[in-house]
Amino acid sequence: MFSNPDLLHFIFGRLSIDSIPMFHEPIVAVTFAAVVLGGLVVVGALTYFRLWGYLWNEWITSIDHKKIGIMYIILAIVMLLRGFADALMMRAQQAIAFGDVAGYLPPDHYDQIFTAHGVIMIFFVAMPLVTGLMNFVVPLQIGARDVAFPFLNNFSFWMTTCGAVLIMASLFVGEFAKTGWLAYPPLSDIVYSPGVGVDYYIWALQIAGVGTLLSGVNLIVTIVKMRAPGMSMMKMPVFTWTSLCTNILIVAAFPVLTAVLVLLGLDRYADTNFFTNDLGGNAMMYINLIWIWGHPEVYILILPAFGVFSEVVSTFCRKRLFGYSSMVYATVVITILSYIVWLHHFFTMGSGASVNAFFGITTMIISIPTGAKVFNWLFTMYKGRISFDVPMLWTIGFMLTFVIGGMTGVMLAVPPADFVLHNSLFLIAHFHNVIIGGVVFGMFAGIVYWFPKAFGFKLDEFWGKMSFWLWTIGFYFAFMPLYVLGLMGVTRRMSHFDDPSLQIWFVIAAFGAVLIAGGIGSFLMSIVVAVINREKLRDETGDPWGGRTLEWSTSSPPPAYNFAFTPVVHELDAWADMKKRGFVRPTSGFIDIHMPKNTGAGFILAAISLVLGFALVWHIWWLAAVSFIVLVVGAIAHTFNYDRDYHIPADEVVKTEDERTALLAKQQA
Amino acid sequence: MKRMLSKLVRGVAVASMFSLLAGCNLVVIDPSGDIASQQSDLIIVSTILMLLIIVPVMALTVFFAWKYRQGNKDAEYDPEWHHSTKLEVVIWSAPLVIIIALGAITWVTTHTLDPYRPLDRIDAERPLAKDHEPMVIEVVSLDWKWLFLYPEQGIATVNELAAPIDTPIQFKITSSGIMNSFFIPALAGQIYSMAGMETKLHAVINEEGVYEGFSGNYSGEGFSHMRFKFHGLSEEGFDKWVADVKSDENFLGRSQYLELEKPSVAEPVHYYSAVDPELYTAILNMCVDQSKMCMNEMMAIDAKGGGGLAGIYNVMSLTYDVPHMRGSQPLPESKSYVASLCTTPESGFSGELANLPLFDNGQSARAMSIAPAGVSTGF
Repeated sequence: MFSNPDLLHFIFGRLSIDSIPMFHEPIVAVTFAAVVLGGLVVVGALTYFRLWGYLWNEWITSIDHKKIGIMYIILAIVMLLRGFADALMMRAQQAIAFGDVAGYLPPDHYDQIFTAHGVIMIFFVAMPLVTGLMNFVVPLQIGARDVAFPFLNNFSFWMTTCGAVLIMASLFVGEFAKTGWLAYPPLSDIVYSPGVGVDYYIWALQIAGVGTLLSGVNLIVTIVKMRAPGMSMMKMPVFTWTSLCTNILIVAAFPVLTAVLVLLGLDRYADTNFFTNDLGGNAMMYINLIWIWGHPEVYILILPAFGVFSEVVSTFCRKRLFGYSSMVYATVVITILSYIVWLHHFFTMGSGASVNAFFGITTMIISIPTGAKVFNWLFTMYKGRISFDVPMLWTIGFMLTFVIGGMTGVMLAVPPADFVLHNSLFLIAHFHNVIIGGVVFGMFAGIVYWFPKAFGFKLDEFWGKMSFWLWTIGFYFAFMPLYVLGLMGVTRRMSHFDDPSLQIWFVIAAFGAVLIAGGIGSFLMSIVVAVINREKLRDETGDPWGGRTLEWSTSSPPPAYNFAFTPVVHELDAWADMKKRGFVRPTSGFIDIHMPKNTGAGFILAAISLVLGFALVWHIWWLAAVSFIVLVVGAIAHTFNYDRDYHIPADEVVKTEDERTALLAKQQA
Repeated sequence: MKRMLSKLVRGVAVASMFSLLAGCNLVVIDPSGDIASQQSDLIIVSTILMLLIIVPVMALTVFFAWKYRQGNKDAEYDPEWHHSTKLEVVIWSAPLVIIIALGAITWVTTHTLDPYRPLDRIDAERPLAKDHEPMVIEVVSLDWKWLFLYPEQGIATVNELAAPIDTPIQFKITSSGIMNSFFIPALAGQIYSMAGMETKLHAVINEEGVYEGFSGNYSGEGFSHMRFKFHGLSEEGFDKWVADVKSDENFLGRSQYLELEKPSVAEPVHYYSAVDPELYTAILNMCVDQSKMCMNEMMAIDAKGGGGLAGIYNVMSLTYDVPHMRGSQPLPESKSYVASLCTTPESGFSGELANLPLFDNGQSARAMSIAPAGVSTGF
């Protein structure tokens, strides 16, 4: 019976024993062995310490925005290790593959690696970092007890995670796309990429995209509807402002990505011709659409980082942020302008001069509000009292590094200059300069800044500083040579070079990548060392940095309900204002608190989507049909679950708050 | 004057860069063609304009960080200072002024350096007459090699390009399938090559030499080796080169092209002494295989309202190129294409064509797009 090829094909679709690359690729085999071993250790440890129940009840099914935020960041750090491993492999390949030396990666493998690196770093590192930070911080900053739709939040997280799992699966089952991170057709059409790689790409992004879009809706509603009384729009913390703008961008941009991937999927699965060369299709349409999502995406990532820097710079300069309203207007202007610049990603496609010039100039205009922001941070430092804690170091590192990326960005925005710099390593250096120097530095600043809020103790300072210096110096070593190589006319995505005189620059870049690896290692060390020394690093005040916004007014970590009483806001920087006016923490009069209840529905629905995605990738139609029906029925069934909330009894609130009162009293004594 | 100034600035910039990067060839900053030189000027001018803002910001960042450090109790501390209208005006208007200047430069140069625009000069000193005729070279990107057709000389080359110096060249660029980017950094900026479409590039090379050319847009497995040499030759040198090409008795017609089109990596240079004059048009319209309808015919039909219901039956399963183009890759069985309506008898495919079920069975009854395809960009 099992030798019947039709039946096998029915059951397994395209999946066969040959689809598993580890039997013929030693690198993949070793990775797989390591992953299995690591997985077994984790599973063993969870079983041994009897943590499965804890994990399920306290984390997996949790609808607490703080825990979901933390899980997003854990996901991002795990995926960072994968994405960075890809980066190291590319740097190693490019440092050795000259002349007769082919290097250790055949093009077939190298092409998957750079595609995976881009996809993972943007969708599964930068996005979860940003979403995680917003999830954790925004409700606390606006004095809310959770987000507007807590179940949706849990579901969004698990959809993002399942997208990441599908990408990781492509490493061991089948292959990943060999198309570059935006999968331009015609290369990504079925004719030129008949394998499963592009299908993994499409379904991983579709599943994760649902999560991102829903979390965008969630945070917009949270910010618009759930601010503490008195917190008008112009009294919102800057991070909340940038989060609002980012989520507006998400809600407006991600449906475009979904649509364009649906069209590409139809071309691949249903023989349509939206982007083919034949039958009236046009690949230029895809390239336009994907960048109509892709450029706002850049600002989706950078705006929250700008928000973090605004919070950090005013806290560590012990001073109000300079030019709050111009900061807000700059953010809004960037949000709007980010929609009318997408064409600068393909000036070389042959649009007319007036079209190119228009998009070039709109791009340059964005640098005006961005420049204003940099000046605002600068003048916040003026007449301040700056303490160089780790978040402030990241901020200064950002200000010095990001402006260089801004400068090269404006150069690329001049169309005739772009004609010679486009797709070169100069471009690679530019966007790593703004993404590492902006987004990554910002997210590290944010993690170090809010870590004591999340866990009740600070991160280790020595390893934090090591991480900062290794990242910064590593960045310059890794990417300045790429600027030079770009000016030497070297293009991107090459797995082999003829000219041996280029090699020295790639070797320097590889050295920089090793330094960055040290930076990532130091960051992980700063967590490990802090966990070991947590009693020494413990913060019992809830306000370890002398913060200015509401999240610092509650305990660290905050109780499940965040605030026993909803704070009332009178001024910008509400907590600084409360401290100045001698705020006295209420110690009595607590009442029952209405809270949402945990549910496993988000996890289960997302897991079914993962099965659906996998079935679609491998053309296992029966499984796709079954999982799709279960998904729809399950989602509808969940809407009939009315057991969604509970009350934290006043007694319990009193108990929690009394403990804190005692702690604070001990501190003052 | 402006030219001299820009030369001076460029000289200084190049000199300082060279002292830093002794021994490395910054071809983008110091190219050999007039168009690329102007593009390099732009890079330098925009860098200098940006540095006017960047340098003070970086200096102030370091200075403020040092001066207002916690340990320095002498520095003034004013926790409430958070607004200054004068300063706000400066921080918004300083970048604005720079961007107005750069925006004006961008508008003008984007038009003067538009790759579609015929040249108006050979270099800064030598203007060209409005009605000059540029030398035409047709460029086709294939998997993974470059085909250059010289309609005036009637020759073609693979992975080698040559042109006489100080002669304006018009490149007409298309692709056989995947999008690439035609780029010779020493000559001029790049432009994409796309199947079924034609992009254009006007350029001139001013110095004799051998320059690197390659694809600037990733196109799959053989991409890294999609390189060629561009020879800038004297008038006599070019004539000799053409004679050389012609000495290889080798014809490039439709069937040879279909052979050449199959994917290959690191294809050695070879020459064709004669070329089917209709070949480039056929490549551009994606109908080298004469059983396929040409894009321009399809557009003409569509422009008149399309083929109607009958057109639906004019779609064939796309079997002609996929198996042989993609080698061992499994054939996506469902792809289709529009069949040619009229054929010429000399086609090598006419025998096969006779058996084609042009207007009958349901197996080939697949949707035919009515939208115009193969639109040339640039207008």
